Amino acid sequence: MTEEKTHHPEPSYLVNTGKYKGLMSWLTSTDHKRIGIMYMYAMMVFFIVGVLLGEIMRLELFRPGQQFYGPQTYNGLFTIHGIIMIFTVVIPGLAAVFGNFSMPIMIGAKDVAFPRLNLFSFYLYILGAGIALTSQFLGNGPPDTGWTFYAPYSIQTHTNVVAAVFGAFVLGFSSILTGLNFIVTMHRMRAPGMTFFKMPLFPWSLYATAWIQVLATPIVGITLLMVVAERWFRIGFFDPSLGGDPVLYQHLFWIYSHPAVYIMILPAMGVITEIIPTFAQRKVFGYKAIAVSSLAIALVGYFVWAHHMYTSGMSPTARWIFSLLTFLVAVPSAIKVFNWVTTMYRGSIDLKPPFLFALGFIFLFMIGGMTGLTLGALATNVHVHDTAYVVAHFHYIVFGGVGFAFFAAIHYWYPKMFGRMYNFKRANWAFGFLFIGFNLLYFPQFIIGIQGMPRRYFDYLPQFTLGMQLSFFGGILLLIGIILMLTNLFSKKGAKAPDNPWGGRTYEWTIPSPPPLENFEVMPVMGPDETPYDYK
Amino acid sequence: MGASNFVEGVDLAFKIIIGISLFFLVGITTVMLWFVFRYSRKRHPVAEQMKDNNLLEITWITIPLILVLLMFYFGYVAFSPQRVVPKGALPITVIAKMWVWNFEYEGGKQSPVLVVPLKKAILLNLHSEDVIHSLYIPAFRIKEDVVPGKNNYMWFIPEQLGEYDILCTVYCGLRHSYMETKAKVVTEAEYQAWLSALPGKSNDPEGLVILRKNACTGCHSIDGTKIVSTSFRGLYGKTEKVMTNGSERSVTVDDVYIKSSVYEPDKDVVVGFQKGIMQTYKGKVSDDDLAKIIDYLKSIK
Ligand code: HEM
Ligand SMILES: [Cu+2]
Ligand SMILES: [Cu+2]
Repeated sequence: MTEEKTHHPEPSYLVNTGKYKGLMSWLTSTDHKRIGIMYMYAMMVFFIVGVLLGEIMRLELFRPGQQFYGPQTYNGLFTIHGIIMIFTVVIPGLAAVFGNFSMPIMIGAKDVAFPRLNLFSFYLYILGAGIALTSQFLGNGPPDTGWTFYAPYSIQTHTNVVAAVFGAFVLGFSSILTGLNFIVTMHRMRAPGMTFFKMPLFPWSLYATAWIQVLATPIVGITLLMVVAERWFRIGFFDPSLGGDPVLYQHLFWIYSHPAVYIMILPAMGVITEIIPTFAQRKVFGYKAIAVSSLAIALVGYFVWAHHMYTSGMSPTARWIFSLLTFLVAVPSAIKVFNWVTTMYRGSIDLKPPFLFALGFIFLFMIGGMTGLTLGALATNVHVHDTAYVVAHFHYIVFGGVGFAFFAAIHYWYPKMFGRMYNFKRANWAFGFLFIGFNLLYFPQFIIGIQGMPRRYFDYLPQFTLGMQLSFFGGILLLIGIILMLTNLFSKKGAKAPDNPWGGRTYEWTIPSPPPLENFEVMPVMGPDETPYDYK
Repeated sequence: MGASNFVEGVDLAFKIIIGISLFFLVGITTVMLWFVFRYSRKRHPVAEQMKDNNLLEITWITIPLILVLLMFYFGYVAFSPQRVVPKGALPITVIAKMWVWNFEYEGGKQSPVLVVPLKKAILLNLHSEDVIHSLYIPAFRIKEDVVPGKNNYMWFIPEQLGEYDILCTVYCGLRHSYMETKAKVVTEAEYQAWLSALPGKSNDPEGLVILRKNACTGCHSIDGTKIVSTSFRGLYGKTEKVMTNGSERSVTVDDVYIKSSVYEPDKDVVVGFQKGIMQTYKGKVSDDDLAKIIDYLKSIK
């Protein structure tokens, strides 16, 4: 690390300057960049565990009938797979990692508004994840409710639901505090001259996300506590045998969990909106429309929760109103796709790995979004609701969308994070395996879903065997892709990275790679004629 | 013609939504790939900056808006009749219980398969004894949740003779994926014959009826095969190895042991099985019922 010192007068943030060395210097650091990287490593571990659990399910599903383990194990597996992937990977997701690492630099700030609160959020994240994982080892065995904890089953089952629910509750606090921190940061710490409508679009997407985190998360927090109270003290909120209403649980759960889908996907859209202009060397097309559509999605996204409940016995009026609103929220997402593609028009496109992953994102996100239309319409929803079609749809959104955007973001900011490059050829190979494996894994699930294969099934009717086996092989290809990508990025040191390897225009590319502790030697000021994407 | 009166409308909605989506998916992907090729750095070394174009943006807000409203409409018109039950529909009560379906016809006659007459409107009144289940008949394109404490319903007209799968789609515990049965569509004459031949409530021993009603037989067979747990056949009087408070011991299956197994299933767990799978039936099976169950178990010793 001493060589960087001679290049730049300020030491990089990777050099330990505090009183601790090694791991402790990281765990006590309030630097937004280090916190972002700690989230990244933690999330990578959870992601790999989640993927392996997914593969173990696929293995059991290779043939109808029982192969390797029984239904109780399978039910526990899809529950913990869902809990890990949703609550510890995609909900904190891009905001926790790249929101922390890049956003303060992109708006010209030294750090977030409350650096110590930021570190506290990280500890809450680790604590919550830890509590959720203890559910696997303590009490009456792994929870078997699915990540949705639907009542009254979640009230009645003897398995260790409380630990999982409480873990999710603590994770919620981590999310709220991060959101709060980001809102204040973007309000108070933008570079002089950077008005809201001159802020880059990744911070914009985080801004919309943060409001959802702050406003929606408390609802699921309370709901989860109600489940605990009902299990411990037999207070009849949701279980009809105690006088409760199980459909009320679903309303409360989805009032949070539908907006939570936007907590996951908005930052992903934001990253893609940074990557495309950089590699096309083109000013982003329709800056304002993209910024405003993030807010529109966040806002309308609050009012569509009951599209998860068309078959729950709601009144016909509620069913059509929620269907209509669901279709309205599809429009701003479509606008973003048009803007991305138009930004490529007459650009000068450099097909480097981050851009390749961004293209993959657009394609997979379109499939995820368009299959969402069949789920939004009443007649078609009733047929495919709670089938493998839904499993395919949300994997296309959370994995094809959020996951691929995450991979794009790592390949994009990696040189800035570590001051090193990686091997492009291997990154492209990894993309190939990931993209083909992903589609082979999940596309067949659309087909068997339409043919009537329900979700959360340990065993299935023989007509679905072929689809299940294709999915299994897709899962293997995908796993190879993940291993290729991670070893390429993290197994050996690449060549030294320049400060601006891709020709980006936002502030993070104007400072050294890796950045000094306080990011800027001279604090940036945005002139009246400047915009965040001034390509010549 | 589909297997039920709803198939045509639902399938049309699928075709319209998937058709429009495919058109855009292929179109946008082609344009995107063409741009990547045509404006690659090699072929187009210098990017040209463009001004924002309001007309273009308004167009691509308006067209998707119209298209999604169209999709909403087709989804709505195919769905709304599903909530309007015609007068004179044949009522059948569906009783869902972990992990079996039962269909109750007039006169309290119960059947584990749904048998319905061709071309007659059928009303299913959905009733759950425990948690939420969902009744799904893929061939008929219908599904509705069976929520305890709520009187949900669904209806349809079967349009083709045949046998169709019935599945449960709301996760309901251990044997959720085995909670399946058949819908049999038969002619009116066959239906009448079947219904009158269907045994009433009283033919089976009382104890067995109680076992079935509480879905005990979903996990414990009465013919000696293993489903989830031990079979009831030959159980009474047998010596079982059980775990009690973490230590192993032997017990003889008698009245006391059966009672404690029904009311406190986790107290003594037979070696080789897990805690927490069977729920307590305290408050659900009365002492009276329990005595009848024990009588029945003695009879299949
Ligand atoms: C190699 C990667 C993966 C494989 C093989 C995989 C496989 C599976 C399988 C087999 C199921 C159970 C479906 C069912 O029983 O109906 C499932 C459910 C689920 N997966 Fe994945 N998955 C993968 C990655 C992901 C990722 C990246 C996410 C989110 C970021 C995710 C989120 C979920 C969720 C939320 C569920 C639903 C759990 C529930 O029903 O409670 N999965 N996955
Ligand atoms: Cu939703
Ligand atoms: Cu079920």
